[in-house]
Amino acid sequence: MNDIHPLTCQELVELITDYLEDTLPLTDRERFEMHLAECTGCQRYLDQMRWVQRLTGQLTEATAPPEATDKLLDVFRNWKENPDSDDPTTDED
Amino acid sequence: MSDEAVQDFSDEQTLIRHLRVGDETAFTALVTEYHAMMVRIARLYVADERVAEEVVQETWVAVLKGLDRFEGRSSLKTWIFTILANRARTRARREGRYVSLDDLMNGDDAAEPTIAPDRFSPTDGDWHQEPDDWSALPEDRMLSKETLAVIQRTIETLPPNQREVIRLRDLEGWSAEEVCNVLNISDTNQRVLLHRARAKVRRALEVYLQPE
Repeated sequence: MNDIHPLTCQELVELITDYLEDTLPLTDRERFEMHLAECTGCQRYLDQMRWVQRLTGQLTEATAPPEATDKLLDVFRNWKENPDSDDPTTDED
Repeated sequence: MSDEAVQDFSDEQTLIRHLRVGDETAFTALVTEYHAMMVRIARLYVADERVAEEVVQETWVAVLKGLDRFEGRSSLKTWIFTILANRARTRARREGRYVSLDDLMNGDDAAEPTIAPDRFSPTDGDWHQEPDDWSALPEDRMLSKETLAVIQRTIETLPPNQREVIRLRDLEGWSAEEVCNVLNISDTNQRVLLHRARAKVRRALEVYLQPE
């Protein structure tokens, strides 16, 4: 089974998202893991990508500005008083 | 005494029940959670911020009117964002500017390597300059406001489609499938965009965290 050519580091970094997304075909996954087992540089690179995911997950999203929320509350109140006003909207469930 | 404690709407069934009976706090919770993201997604499809906000407003109206018919076959979030994406596309088409995000990929930087080639040996493709060991750095430095601000700023400068993919996936925790559906892109392109985006964030962090 040694006829598959080993991955280079340069090739591995371009496969890293497919690896993390678990979309690599089995042979590529094996080549990936074989390389990784013996390469500190690529282990660190994978670790860095996991940090990227973890830290990005710590960011907070902007919330709706108060003007927008106020305007939408009016929309909500209108709907409450008159649920069937305006033209019927398309059913997109 | 009425219960004035903040109602927990993390359970979707509870949220929907409160929305149907016209509970404003339930609606506000929903708006707070999704509105800003909806405007940004609409903005990927339509010409300007004003049109994006109109599309989102229409979407909220459609959501309210459809609420009684919503059967929960998909999650409320998926349902809302499907309505949004359909409306944004329709609006963009009407204005003659609909370009699928898949097509936009052609103008992207997808063909370039994500790491400068000079980081690798030209003969065998091995690391010439190995990445730093971030897990050896103090955790409070990694999780500091400054570090997070570097990521935030980097994400802001990404091309819009990369920016929204990394936000939805890594910040909001959406699944790949959910992102493909709302942005109307293929699975492969979703991964390419995510790959580009994460690589650029990694690079910015690398520069920032570099030992003096």
